[in-house]
Amino acid sequence: MSGLVGAPVDRVDGRLKVTGAAKYSAEIALPGLVYGVMVLSTTASGTSQVDADAARRAPGVIAVMTPQNAPRVDSGGNGAGDRTLMVLQDEVVRYDRQPVAVVVADTFERATDAAAMVRVRYAAAPAVTRFDAAAEYKPASGGRDVDKHKGDAAAALAQAAVKVDGTYIVPVEHHNPMEPHATVAQWDGDQLTVYESTQGVINARRTLAQTFGIPTASVRVVSKFIGGGFGGKGSVWPHAVLAAMAAKLVNRPVKIVLSRPQMFGSVGFRPQTVQRVALGAGSDGRLSAIIHETSAQTSVFDEFMAGTGAISAVLYGTPNLTITHRLRRLNTSTPTFMRAPGEACGSFALESAMDELAYATGIDPVELRLRNDTQVDADGKPFSSRALREALRQGAERFGWSRRDPRPRSMRDGRLLVGMGVAAASYPTHRSAASALVRVNADGTALVQSSGVDIGTGAYTVFTQIAAEQLGLPVEQVRIELGDSAFPAAPNAGGSQLTASAGSAIKLAALDARAKLLALARGDASALIGGAAAIAALMRTGGVETIEGRSDAKPGDDAQKYAMHSFGAQFAEVRVDPDLGTVRVVRFVNAFGAGRILNEKTARSQYIGGAVWGIGMALLEHTRYDERSGRIMTANLAEYLVPVNADVPAIEPIIIPEDDPHVNEIGVKGIGEIGIVGAAAAIANAVYHATGKRVRDLPITPEKLLA
Amino acid sequence: MRAFEYVVADSPAAARALARESGDARFYAGGTTLVDLMKSDVERPGRVIDISRLPLTAIELRGDVLRIGALARNSDVAYDPAVARRFPAVSEALLSGASGQIRNAATIGGNLLQRTRCTYFRETRWRCNKREPGSGCDALDGFNRGHAILGTSDSCIATYPGDLAVALCALSANVIVEGDAGERTVALDELYVLPGDRPERENTLAAGELITGIELRAEPLYEHSHYLKIRDRASYEFALASVACAIELEGGRIARARLALGGVATVPWRAREAEDLLAGSPPGDAAYRRAADAALAGARTRAHNGYKVELAKRAIVRALRTACGGAA
Ligand SMILES: Cc1cc2nc3c(=O)[nH]c(=O)nc-3n(C[C@H](O)[C@H](O)[C@H](O)COP(=O)(O)OP(=O)(O)OC[C@H]3O[C@@H](n4cnc5c(N)ncnc54)[C@H](O)[C@@H]3O)c2cc1C
Ligand code: SF4
Repeated sequence: MSGLVGAPVDRVDGRLKVTGAAKYSAEIALPGLVYGVMVLSTTASGTSQVDADAARRAPGVIAVMTPQNAPRVDSGGNGAGDRTLMVLQDEVVRYDRQPVAVVVADTFERATDAAAMVRVRYAAAPAVTRFDAAAEYKPASGGRDVDKHKGDAAAALAQAAVKVDGTYIVPVEHHNPMEPHATVAQWDGDQLTVYESTQGVINARRTLAQTFGIPTASVRVVSKFIGGGFGGKGSVWPHAVLAAMAAKLVNRPVKIVLSRPQMFGSVGFRPQTVQRVALGAGSDGRLSAIIHETSAQTSVFDEFMAGTGAISAVLYGTPNLTITHRLRRLNTSTPTFMRAPGEACGSFALESAMDELAYATGIDPVELRLRNDTQVDADGKPFSSRALREALRQGAERFGWSRRDPRPRSMRDGRLLVGMGVAAASYPTHRSAASALVRVNADGTALVQSSGVDIGTGAYTVFTQIAAEQLGLPVEQVRIELGDSAFPAAPNAGGSQLTASAGSAIKLAALDARAKLLALARGDASALIGGAAAIAALMRTGGVETIEGRSDAKPGDDAQKYAMHSFGAQFAEVRVDPDLGTVRVVRFVNAFGAGRILNEKTARSQYIGGAVWGIGMALLEHTRYDERSGRIMTANLAEYLVPVNADVPAIEPIIIPEDDPHVNEIGVKGIGEIGIVGAAAAIANAVYHATGKRVRDLPITPEKLLA
Repeated sequence: MRAFEYVVADSPAAARALARESGDARFYAGGTTLVDLMKSDVERPGRVIDISRLPLTAIELRGDVLRIGALARNSDVAYDPAVARRFPAVSEALLSGASGQIRNAATIGGNLLQRTRCTYFRETRWRCNKREPGSGCDALDGFNRGHAILGTSDSCIATYPGDLAVALCALSANVIVEGDAGERTVALDELYVLPGDRPERENTLAAGELITGIELRAEPLYEHSHYLKIRDRASYEFALASVACAIELEGGRIARARLALGGVATVPWRAREAEDLLAGSPPGDAAYRRAADAALAGARTRAHNGYKVELAKRAIVRALRTACGGAA
């Protein structure tokens, strides 16, 4: 079955999903299950005093959990990626929509009803609710470089023949996957089982074990189907811990599902960033300096830093570079990963600035990027592979870039202004240790197990393809099980690393199984040809019932030698109504070199989704606050705008074939995040081309184009 | 959501009787406004009277008068051939509202009485004079990008959010209301009342009065009516500003004009002064802009909604241009 990998195979779980047979966490039914509903704070800072008498007397109510009776847990940040969680350990309220009580009842409706009867009084305390009002500080480290200096960027900027210098703002955004967060928690003595909508069962298991002070082996986390994560489900959030606490308190399994409004505020979000990007260049457009300074928000009790400026060390060559990251503490929940954390915002600033430089130098924006292409990153490491040039070239051709008249306001379609914009993209190739099991059964079929979670991206499908190809089986003869911490360990489906990590492990495990089969056939590879029937015959002859292939795949030394990234180019065409300031994206072409593509269908979906997110970021998404109180004003899908079908034009992804022997055993780079990187900048640049107005604070709403 | 009594009315008279009996009843038509607000504890009726099965769904053109039953669905009205041909602005306004699914459930009577999108009104943790008379208005100095600039008061700046009523307002529709004293007819722009110092009172319906339908008199000028809605995203969003207009040309001049604004005012906003300025002028941007300036002359802005003045003016010019193109 060679050639299976790469083929546009239909999703192996597609039928389960469209028939409703796929059970998501909120649909897990357990004997004795009861329902928890959180009561959230209505103030951003203070102390709460909960009066739950009426709620406790309400029909069906089993318990109301408050700081008074909540089980004690260790709610501190317990390691990388974990958060400090506000889970009823004290009365202090540190952000709007912090849980202050949980009502548990025999039905969801009764719990909801009783939750409305809980009265909370607050002793208010001062809150920091405005970005501008928060003091800036230098964070310890978010696992990424806080500061990076090469040469003397300030001096080089001062001397540059051409310079641009601007401040770019990306506001707070919230994840809105179709499936809200959901947890079902069950105790059996000291054993905790949690059905959780999470991007990583191993990470969730560790966090829960530490929180409850029990051995990791005592916790099992199951996450079979996820209706979108986008980074928001990369960490354990208060409701998950509260569900397990409540289950302990009432001694029954408890389910907590967030309502859509609770998706705003009670969990993480994309923090606001204010970035200064200054570029210095010669009149030939070659960069002599990049300064990329980021100020972002975090919470008053925890730290989250995305590597917003990191992209400036990767996309272009420059002898002088300064990247800095600073944080400000606001009374909000703690911000978190959201599709391409760092790069999504960083690219808006850098790639807008590059467009400004193109106009300042009179050089075509595609050509300017080609001129500044580099073969090494800012640390001098060569790239393991780099398709930026090819992506720009092929993208420009498909898009029809040559038809663009570069002068602002020069192109029209009737009364509408036409704009064409480009931006470059990159996203790091991550990889972590992972294990996998591939078991060959007596009937010649195979079972694959990994704890990796399919968050909707198609992991079930591509992992099946990988194992099937190695074993010479059609995909129908390979069964796959994912998303259970009892299975061999895999990292989070985040940072676009799951396929690289668990996919490599599955390949190695399948190779291990194949080697054992070959040994059984005394090295005669032809005995393995013929699918399950041939393998079954071989095993029968050899007298074995099952064969197990196992693996422990780890990042190799190449990660030290090479800089590893996916690259791409984004092309957007917009129509702007010059009178009314409305912007519509009418065409989008994106091209990516992201290593080997395991399944063209699922890969294209990721790229298309990335462009849709880019439209949201560029034109619509914006969490608004009442700045006096720090309360969120847009906590529903009528006020928090994401693109609807009418906002999304034809999107044409181009896959640039890449053969990178260095990244991992299966040659893949991540594809889930790069789709949004640069997408908002391409649209903003197209808006500039159409109107001559440079909007540096997103989203680009009509009022910004009216003036 | 609080407990409530649910009853089904089998005739308009029964519906009114059930309402009279209760004192704190609400009619349930499509439920798309009411249920949302009950879930968020803003509406707290003791009794919900289901009127969705009342036989008030007809759309009939008799002579020059179009009568639309209060329980006709938004989708059915929008796609009705007589409505689309004789009153295109009505059809356009309906189709610009909400989503296909909601339009299939929403009724004409319910649409007219939909309530403001002001978040301070829709979440009970805020002070809101409309929801709790006398409590104050947190929107005045809060986040008010969507709030009104016309017809506001110191007590309330909430926008009337609907589209249909704006088109009906421009086309001088009447609302037919059934009450204890029988049937009465109210001009659409007299159905709504400005907030003043009593923003909790939004219309002139007496308790228990039932809207049974609306009436539109067909006029040649309405055949060139037009509805323009401006919003951030291409669909499924309330208006930042909207314009309903109709123009009739005679001998190269504007003989008559109708103009109403949505998304910028506390009630569907008929701009009669602007209409008067247009009448007799030659069509063209100069006349439209003059009318637009007049229409927005009384605008009062707050921290985040200042852009609406210019946006509304430009929308007026654009809408008049489009309508005039059709009328020429
Ligand atoms: C997400 C969303 C987006 C929307 N977007 C738009 C938009 O862009 N533009 C727009 O115009 N609208 C929009 N709407 C509002 C929608 O059009 C209204 O909710 C709908 O038209 C109300 O009709 P209904 O029959 O469902 O009313 P109901 O919810 O049943 O009733 C609304 C109110 O009217 C009263 N009522 C109903 N019928 C009568 C009657 N015959 N006599 C007296 N009182 C009556 C009810 O008691 C209640 O107080 C949106 C709604 C939602 C939920
Ligand atoms: S604007 Fe009106 S509806 Fe909004 S809070 Fe103020 S009083 Fe209430």
